[in-house]
Amino acid sequence: MRIGVVTFPGSNCDDDARRAVRLVSDEDPVYLWHKSHSLEGVDAVILPGGFSYGDYLRGGAIARFSPLMSEVVEFAESGGYVLGICNGFQMLCEAHLLPGALMKNDTLRFVCKHVRIRVEQTDTPFTCAYEEGRILRTPIAHSEGGYVADAETLDRLEADGRVVFRYVDAGGVASEAANPNGSARNIAGITNERGNVMGMMPHPERAMESILGSTDGMGVFESLMRAASPVVTR
Amino acid sequence: MTDYRIEVRVTPREGLLDPQGRAVETALTSLGFDGVESVRIGKLVRMRVEAASEPEAMSRAREMCDRLIANPVIEDYSIRILDENNGDAGGGDA
Repeated sequence: MRIGVVTFPGSNCDDDARRAVRLVSDEDPVYLWHKSHSLEGVDAVILPGGFSYGDYLRGGAIARFSPLMSEVVEFAESGGYVLGICNGFQMLCEAHLLPGALMKNDTLRFVCKHVRIRVEQTDTPFTCAYEEGRILRTPIAHSEGGYVADAETLDRLEADGRVVFRYVDAGGVASEAANPNGSARNIAGITNERGNVMGMMPHPERAMESILGSTDGMGVFESLMRAASPVVTR
Repeated sequence: MTDYRIEVRVTPREGLLDPQGRAVETALTSLGFDGVESVRIGKLVRMRVEAASEPEAMSRAREMCDRLIANPVIEDYSIRILDENNGDAGGGDA
């Protein structure tokens, strides 16, 4: 199981993502440069958080045209696992691998804090190590994280079980107060139709060690390991 | 080939909440400007585009908007060709 992490100019969570991979895997993560034309045979790709291309125009809008992104799109369309975190989620929407878009937070503020998200689906390659309904404490750090899509798309996402994470309060309720950025229906993470591509605004890679305040993000990486290498049990 | 001065206006889609517009509206109201509503904030992109004709310049600009400059999920855009000699005047919305 080889996991590749892409570095774009302005990525700032790529090393955290690689560290997260090392914590769950015996194999080193593969360093992928945005200008490369090859995914080097990896089994999964992570698009990390950050401010690729300074977030100019829109978050992820320019990164989406990096040479490597054509490979990522092809990889995703052939069923490869792709995880986009924060800025990576924005790229996946811009690349039309996921529906909808991420808008400026309704608070107009950059939000940087731990929030609670509930695991809504466990039959995905990104959440199969969690039990359904589990509430995770993970950091968010973004100014453009308000998920929007038209009502029809939102209904379809919900009906098809593609809403993977929702912002919730301590009691597990997806309340308005628990919604940090104005995301439609408190959506924090979704998958594509096939289920092999997931985007999420919270940062699981920053919730891997108790010294950092939470280990709740570990399951995302453990899930990916489990999904992509069925012989490995951890 | 002619150099056309193109202006693209990108605005938040109708019906979509525009947090920036709302904040500015609140600020204007608190400054005492009564009767201000529906403030929307967008982007203005100006560029020079080489093309053989006006329609070609427009169609190139449209392609740029569809592929990169605007995100149709959250934004609408309009394009106009600026009059070279007359600053912002001239041209038609499209």
